Amino acid sequence: MRRTYLGEFEEIVLLLVAILDGEAYGVTVSQELEQQAGRIVTFGTVHNTLIRLEEKGFVTSSLGGATTERGGRRKRLFSVTALGSQALEDIQQLRTQLWQLMPPPNLQLRSV
Amino acid sequence: MRSSNSTNPNRDDGGAASRPPRWARQLLIWFHPAQTLEEVEGDLDELYTYWYRRKGKFQATLHYVLNVISVLPPFVRQRPEVTTYPSHRTTSFLHPTMLRNYFKIAFRNLTKNKVYSFINIGGLAVGMAVAMLIGLWLYDELSFNRHFQQYDRMAQVMQQETAQGQINMGRHLPIPLWNQLRTTYPDDFKHVVISSWTGDHILGYKDQKFTKKGNYLSADAPDMLTLTMLKGTRAGLKDPASILLSESVAQTLFGEDDPMGKIISLDNKVNVTVTGVYEDLPYNTDFRDMTFIAPWDLLASTDGWVKSGATDWQQYAWQVLVELAPGTSFEAVSAKIKTIKHRHSPDATGSKTAMFLYPMADWHLFSEWDKQGNPTGRIQFVWLFGIIGLFVLFLACINFMNLSTARSEKRAKEVGIRKAVGSVRSQLICQFLSESFLVVALAFVLALLLVQIGLPWFNELADKQMSILWGNPLFWGLGLGFSLLTGLVAGSYPAFYLSGFQPVKVLKGTFRVGRFATVPRKVLVVVQFTVSVTLIIGTVIVFRQIQYAKNRPIGYDRTGLITIPIHIPDVRNQYNTLRSELINSQAIVDMATSSAPTTELGYLDGGYNWEGKDPTTKASLGVAAVTHDFGKTVGWQFIAGRDFSRQFSTDSAGMILNQTAVNYMGLKNRNGGPPIGKTVTWNGRSFQVVGVINDMVMESPFTPIKPTVFILNYRWATVFTLKLNPERSTTESLGKIEAIFHQFDPNSPFEYKFSDQQYALKFATEERIGGLASVFAVLAIFISCLGLFGLASFVAEQRTKEIGVRKVLGASVFSLWGLLSKDFLTLVIISFLIASPTAYYFLHKWLATYEYRTGMPWWIFALSGVGALTITLLTVSYQSIKAALLDPVKSLRSE
Repeated sequence: MRRTYLGEFEEIVLLLVAILDGEAYGVTVSQELEQQAGRIVTFGTVHNTLIRLEEKGFVTSSLGGATTERGGRRKRLFSVTALGSQALEDIQQLRTQLWQLMPPPNLQLRSV
Repeated sequence: MRSSNSTNPNRDDGGAASRPPRWARQLLIWFHPAQTLEEVEGDLDELYTYWYRRKGKFQATLHYVLNVISVLPPFVRQRPEVTTYPSHRTTSFLHPTMLRNYFKIAFRNLTKNKVYSFINIGGLAVGMAVAMLIGLWLYDELSFNRHFQQYDRMAQVMQQETAQGQINMGRHLPIPLWNQLRTTYPDDFKHVVISSWTGDHILGYKDQKFTKKGNYLSADAPDMLTLTMLKGTRAGLKDPASILLSESVAQTLFGEDDPMGKIISLDNKVNVTVTGVYEDLPYNTDFRDMTFIAPWDLLASTDGWVKSGATDWQQYAWQVLVELAPGTSFEAVSAKIKTIKHRHSPDATGSKTAMFLYPMADWHLFSEWDKQGNPTGRIQFVWLFGIIGLFVLFLACINFMNLSTARSEKRAKEVGIRKAVGSVRSQLICQFLSESFLVVALAFVLALLLVQIGLPWFNELADKQMSILWGNPLFWGLGLGFSLLTGLVAGSYPAFYLSGFQPVKVLKGTFRVGRFATVPRKVLVVVQFTVSVTLIIGTVIVFRQIQYAKNRPIGYDRTGLITIPIHIPDVRNQYNTLRSELINSQAIVDMATSSAPTTELGYLDGGYNWEGKDPTTKASLGVAAVTHDFGKTVGWQFIAGRDFSRQFSTDSAGMILNQTAVNYMGLKNRNGGPPIGKTVTWNGRSFQVVGVINDMVMESPFTPIKPTVFILNYRWATVFTLKLNPERSTTESLGKIEAIFHQFDPNSPFEYKFSDQQYALKFATEERIGGLASVFAVLAIFISCLGLFGLASFVAEQRTKEIGVRKVLGASVFSLWGLLSKDFLTLVIISFLIASPTAYYFLHKWLATYEYRTGMPWWIFALSGVGALTITLLTVSYQSIKAALLDPVKSLRSE
């Protein structure tokens, strides 16, 4: 499969970037992380992860969308690249495949 | 910028309460990586507001500080620098947008300076066109005879004779040699072909008679020459009563009819059947005149003299052509056949002969031998014109470089501005190079056009049938390669020199071209004019040499002389009636027959003896058979004795010598006077010398006269010579003559040649050289003047202010003109000083090849120098006077 390793946190951040669909930047990713996944992390963690994802080629970024509430400073907006969405699909496919191999009793266990 | 943003946050839901702690933000500004500071600062501000609303000020401040720390080193990740400023990557100097810009600027420059563009492109195009023409000429010369598939296996058998320290080459060979070669060395030759000489013959079909050039060849010739047969086969020559026609002759004789199997008459003597039609042989082969081939066997069986020659080793009259068998070499076979003649027919006088093979590859370019037996010939012209072509091209390139460098200094400001707005050096180099490539490309296209237009004219001048080799990769390779090279060389100075300027200096105006910047340009002008002056001198000398030979006394009167080939079988019986009828018709003054026209020395023979001859030498004298009336017809001039006369029956054994023959033989009478009455024997027959004439120029007017004797013989006659009546119009006389000849010889077409035209043909080669040389000289001067004109106008423009100041201070127009012209005159004088000895050296060598030659008086050199100076002055004056007449108010007002 892919050479590039996608960590668990990276995967969630990448998914969030995809979900936010053009509105993803440091603040929105942090807020969604808190609201959807209930994870409170430092801003630096999100910031570093986004940079790393960009280095790996899963997202691209551009500066824009300055608003008054940020003192007229520009945001760095992230969007998922083709490689990024491919990586997400691959992961999901792998998971689905693995789940289908799971024997039924074990599946039951989950619901207990 | 960033600090102003951070210290001056512009927020609407303001209040000091909602502001994050200043110290934490300062920490962020100091330590966070600069590339991501703006976005992170904004993000944290936004988050602070979010926390503040949800959890109050304390929680928000706490979160803020914590998160600021999380984005400080060492925790934060650095964004790679390059991705932050991606625009750096795209400033490639080969970016399409930039290339478009270069060409746009180049075109604007060209259209802005129309005169320069014209001089630049025009001059270069002319130079290229000349080089292309010469290149085509060289290609044609070097590919001569290559049409034949067996080009590198074919050769002519030749004889080398060493007599009295001189080496003579002969291609006339006897028939038995051909037989011996075939029978003795069957393994060395694939084909051995005997050939007569390509000459005029009469072909007749029904009532039509045509004179066509053709040859007699033995039966395997079509195979050896690899003729392309359009009809019939190459075996068509096996039957003695057959003939092969070239396509064009078949067309003339039969039109659209099928020529195969048709019977035609040859020279009104024999009937032959057409057994094949071959494709016309190309113009650049030695066989281009051979428009039909008759079988050798036909000649051998019908001509008594040829029949008798079958076993005669002394009948030097034929050519032998061979094709080597595979696996042999010219050298090896030459060594084998060296003594073949000697073995069968030893020479009594002890002169040494050696047979050798003369490869087809050398036929055209090495067609002559000097006295030491070294081959020379047209190869000299190949070298000469090759060098001239290179020089003309070189001149054009010099112009191009000179002008583009001169112009480029005007563009120093453009370079400065381009650099100031961020152009890097590679971009400027690229710009100037693309500009010069553009000009070269335009010149190349123009040159192709010029060649296409000038080719018919050049073909006529050079006696060629050439066309542009559109389909030849070599042509394109050379043309494009040269264009690239010129573009690169010419563009390199502005490209590499100008692009190195410091923009500050250029734009401030403190930029000055160094004192020595003009030195290379001056050297180039000197080179240009050296070549031009050399060519001028060369042309003058060539024409002088031609004129000198033309003015040579020819020893007879060629005005109104015409010659008509003899086709009447038995001339001797009809001679007197024909002559009296022609004279009675008042069309001619007199008529005679002879063995050769006055413009040819037909026959050289060695069998002479006379009183006081050194028995060890073999005398070789020209001999011509004439009739009683020959002297009166051609008007030869007697030094001593008298002409042949019918009143003396002893004159049938009489002999007339030319002056050179008398000197050569050393014959004198008792008193040391002319040797009238002395006896000379020729092949056992005794002749009495009756008269001595002034030398007649029968061969090349550039060579010394051969000792020649004239004897009376009515049978040995090949040509009529007629002196037209000067009181009648030529056309009228010719009409009468034709009618009379038709009565006597109804089967032959009436053909005549004017002797003065035949004589003029002897100058053809020299006039061709003279013509070509003068064309090249004119072009060289034209190109040089173009360059000079451009440079002069450039200099005048550069010195506009200086001239203005001088005028204000009281300089006259004349002194200003002198000031501007002086520099160029000095250069031309220097080139003249170089050119004169160079020209002298080469022309001295050229003239030495002629035995009858003009001198090189000093005034020719002086005149050429003055001519070059005049041209220079005229060229420069236009610009300098224009500059000198300029109103100083205008030239000084600009600043």
